[in-house]
Amino acid sequence: MKLKQFFLYFLPLLTVATSCREDELVVPTEYEIIGDERPGADIRGFYLVNEGNMGSNKCTLDFYDYYTGLYSRNFYAEKNPAVVKELGDVGNDIGIYGRKLYVVVNCSHKVEVLDAGSGIRLGQIDIPNCRYIRFHRGKAYVSSYVGPVLIDPNAPKGAVYEVDTLSLAVTRKVSVGYQPEEMEIIDDYMYVANSGGYRAPNYDNTVSVIQMVDFKQVQQIPVGINLHRLKKDKYNKLWVTSRGDYQYRPSRLYVMQKKPGYNQMVVTDTIPIACSNMAFYEDKMYYYATEWNNYTASNTISYGVIDVRTKEIISDNFIKDGTEKDITIPYGIAVHPETGDIFVTDAKNYVSSGTLYCFGPDGYKKWSVRTGDIPAHITFLTK
Amino acid sequence: MKYFMLSLALICIVMPLEVAAEEPADSLSHQLGEIVVTARKPGKDIIPAQVLSGEELRRMNSNSVADALRYFSGVQVKDYGGVGGIKTVNIRSMGTNHTGVVYDGVELGNAQNGQIDLGQFSLDNIEALSLYNGQKSEILQPAKDFGSAGTIYMRTRTPVFNEGETYHARATLRTGSFDLLNPSALIELKLSQKISASLSAEWVNSSGKYKFRYRRVNPAGELAYDTTAVRQNGDINATRIELNTHGILNRGSWTFKVYNYNSERGVPGAIVNNVWRRGERIWDTNSFAQGRYTGYFGKFTTLNNIKYAFYRTHYVNNDDKQVKIDNLYKQKEIYISSANEYEITDFWSVSASYDFMWNTLDADVYGFVKPDRISQYLSAATALDLSRVKIQASALGSFVHDRIKGQQAPADKHVFSPAVFVNGYPLRNKDFSIRVFYKKSFRMPTFNDLYYADMGNSKLSPERVTQYNAGLLYDHKSSSFITAARVSADVYYNRVKDKIVAYPKGQQFRWTMLNLGLVDIRGVDVTGLLTVTPYKDLYLTVRGQYTFQRAIDITNPADNYYRDQIPYIPRHSGAAVVNTQWRGWGLNYSWIYVGERYNQQENIRYNYTQPWYTSDLSLSKDFNLGKVSLRGLLEVNNLLSQDYDVILNYPMPKRNYRVTLTVEI
Repeated sequence: MKLKQFFLYFLPLLTVATSCREDELVVPTEYEIIGDERPGADIRGFYLVNEGNMGSNKCTLDFYDYYTGLYSRNFYAEKNPAVVKELGDVGNDIGIYGRKLYVVVNCSHKVEVLDAGSGIRLGQIDIPNCRYIRFHRGKAYVSSYVGPVLIDPNAPKGAVYEVDTLSLAVTRKVSVGYQPEEMEIIDDYMYVANSGGYRAPNYDNTVSVIQMVDFKQVQQIPVGINLHRLKKDKYNKLWVTSRGDYQYRPSRLYVMQKKPGYNQMVVTDTIPIACSNMAFYEDKMYYYATEWNNYTASNTISYGVIDVRTKEIISDNFIKDGTEKDITIPYGIAVHPETGDIFVTDAKNYVSSGTLYCFGPDGYKKWSVRTGDIPAHITFLTK
Repeated sequence: MKYFMLSLALICIVMPLEVAAEEPADSLSHQLGEIVVTARKPGKDIIPAQVLSGEELRRMNSNSVADALRYFSGVQVKDYGGVGGIKTVNIRSMGTNHTGVVYDGVELGNAQNGQIDLGQFSLDNIEALSLYNGQKSEILQPAKDFGSAGTIYMRTRTPVFNEGETYHARATLRTGSFDLLNPSALIELKLSQKISASLSAEWVNSSGKYKFRYRRVNPAGELAYDTTAVRQNGDINATRIELNTHGILNRGSWTFKVYNYNSERGVPGAIVNNVWRRGERIWDTNSFAQGRYTGYFGKFTTLNNIKYAFYRTHYVNNDDKQVKIDNLYKQKEIYISSANEYEITDFWSVSASYDFMWNTLDADVYGFVKPDRISQYLSAATALDLSRVKIQASALGSFVHDRIKGQQAPADKHVFSPAVFVNGYPLRNKDFSIRVFYKKSFRMPTFNDLYYADMGNSKLSPERVTQYNAGLLYDHKSSSFITAARVSADVYYNRVKDKIVAYPKGQQFRWTMLNLGLVDIRGVDVTGLLTVTPYKDLYLTVRGQYTFQRAIDITNPADNYYRDQIPYIPRHSGAAVVNTQWRGWGLNYSWIYVGERYNQQENIRYNYTQPWYTSDLSLSKDFNLGKVSLRGLLEVNNLLSQDYDVILNYPMPKRNYRVTLTVEI
């Protein structure tokens, strides 16, 4: 009776070969020894936010501790096990102000507030479709794709929310251009890069100027289409990137500055490079640029340095040891404020673990470590 | 039987959780005869399909075609949960786009993304579901049917009138969890001696609301969080109307079908931190008309199909936290096919088929290129039926020409796909057979792959698959204590080349599609079926399937997921069904197991997804009141209320119920 034998062997085999469900565990932290120790240094370490692909709820936080030389990967859930569905979906920015760490979680529509020293949760600020965060005189400012009032529901303007950093409550809102991205505050004015990325081909092309006293948009300065990065250097110049339309109009880097005797920012230079992201150290601006070439079906990636005084490119590859060949898609950049070490993240294919590279100021790789999905934004923790 | 009970007992020991509820294991079954009747025309396909049909299908605790397909080996269903959630199938890890889905003889198409949402197909009017690996090993079929790597055939009920009958009518009402209200009706009319017609209509309304639970503990076993919430925005309101006419000719037959499906659905979306409700909605209208003519002229047989389809999808994102989206997509399809077979001798026949298909997609999206595509398929096949060996060989040539608005269209594509199927009976009694097949097939890049704004890549070439399969079948029927026994086992090796994958491009979070992937798939499918009649009028049927799949990504050794199992493919999966029939009573227990999987390419802890297994139970009773037959069916699904995700962050319902009442005249 072949058949009976079949059932005799096959069915139990099926059950042995398969395994059962267990309790779902809180995602554990993983530690790695890096060994780049600087005990007692002013910079205690840095936080890295991994964005995670949309819908995956895999926004995670990593921390590198210079005092112990330990890299902790994905520590949020273990430190805050009671938070339902962990940190959230698609991180977009990170910043430290005072003793608080702020993580902007775009698709969870919130800014998560943690104790910067311990990583323990203090609260959250609900802001729809939040993008970037900056701080100024006791307040946090968060850009959002969705404005407080829908003037035209088919073309909602973005907004900047003001949050009190003590009470974590939204205090004021201001409507800006379409799909605002990064912003910066100089004197008592905020400059916001508007992208209009959801309005192709009618991209926004302006930088909004907000007067902080009464939190009003006082001006929109035309700069270039589909603006994204907007960062100030130590001379209070603004460096603004345009993503172009990915087709006919290339990505560009603009410099804005106030004319002596005037309070108005104007575009002074257009640097003909595609700049994806940048970080400043002393008089240098480190940047990387990724451009897709339809013809070769590949990315052209450059890692350059610009002298912020002369606005000239002084190097077109700050990586000197050939490591750039291992990087698929650079996605984040930061420079250690004390040592000048350069950090570059590789987001790979966006749906697998990325890599964080640390280069010495000489452009040679010091170390690298596996991160979460889409490592992107870094902020340094001071002692 | 003793051994069998022993093995059941063994399962109980290994899996005590499952057992408590399924104890009445020795009191289940179904009427075997019915399956045999509806299975297939004997002698035509040389490698039999996996078939679910008739009574068995109706007792399977299935809401839709996708649910029923989970009982087939080698199949993985992606289920986003709920009545309205999208459900797609993937045969032997080759990808959803390699799976052909045929509805009453004509393949369903979706030139936009190549995926058929099987959640939209109700089982109400389906008489048989068959799954063919490789292809239906029958040489008289449309050329396109030689093209897919695996095909699911759905066949609706064909009216059969007994002497003196002129009509049949059936009314069904289903209701239960998710605020489901699902009435349907079927009328079959004998219009003349040679013409019959049927009209089937159905309405599904459900709030799609169900409780789901996320619970986490820390490694010490202390509770971290435990949240139960209600799934929102998963509502559906859908209608289906289907009109069929069947005619018999002197030398052949014809059928004509008109089908319309209309739905409005909420898109429940992923459950992520701080987001428990979303505002996306989809309106679908799928309509098609298809006709078929079969003619028999001595040794020559011809099978001709014609179809026109129109699909309209309206997608709106109303979420006030997101940028508003409102897009309308329209697809049209024209399909003409002629398949012809000639019997050269009584053991040797040849066939030739030609298909013509035209597809177009229109969308009110910026920069949309409004592609249209002309596909032509030409096939030649031959079948040898020697007494102990059956051989079939086919070759398909596919020619695809695209046109796009305002731009230069990509180059035409030509693909050649050969296949060979052999089935042999090494023993005299034909209970035991050995089969092997080899097949090359491909999938065309879809309109989305090629032309989707910013992301599409018009330089894509077709994605190719090569399959090798070897298997055994033991199929025994008798009238003694064991009325039927069937065991099959297949091992296979598939290779997916030039797999179309998303690749990061340019600045920020942007993608393009590239022919990058290479996947190596090795698997084992085992199925078993046993029907016994321990007492008079008591039928007990046990059906089982087990699938092992090792499907690894071997694209590039530099990838951190090199040689890792591809996403959402479990190494182990299986199902077991125990069915009992006794004097109008029916009890069905089914158990489905999907082993551990990874929800992304990298097989690391952070991407780990737990196994899930559900137990479903149904009880049915048939009554006869004169000429009226009545049936009541009570189903309990996910009996043990397991909290699981098939797709990460798409929670599935806990225990749920359904009651079905059917009246038939």
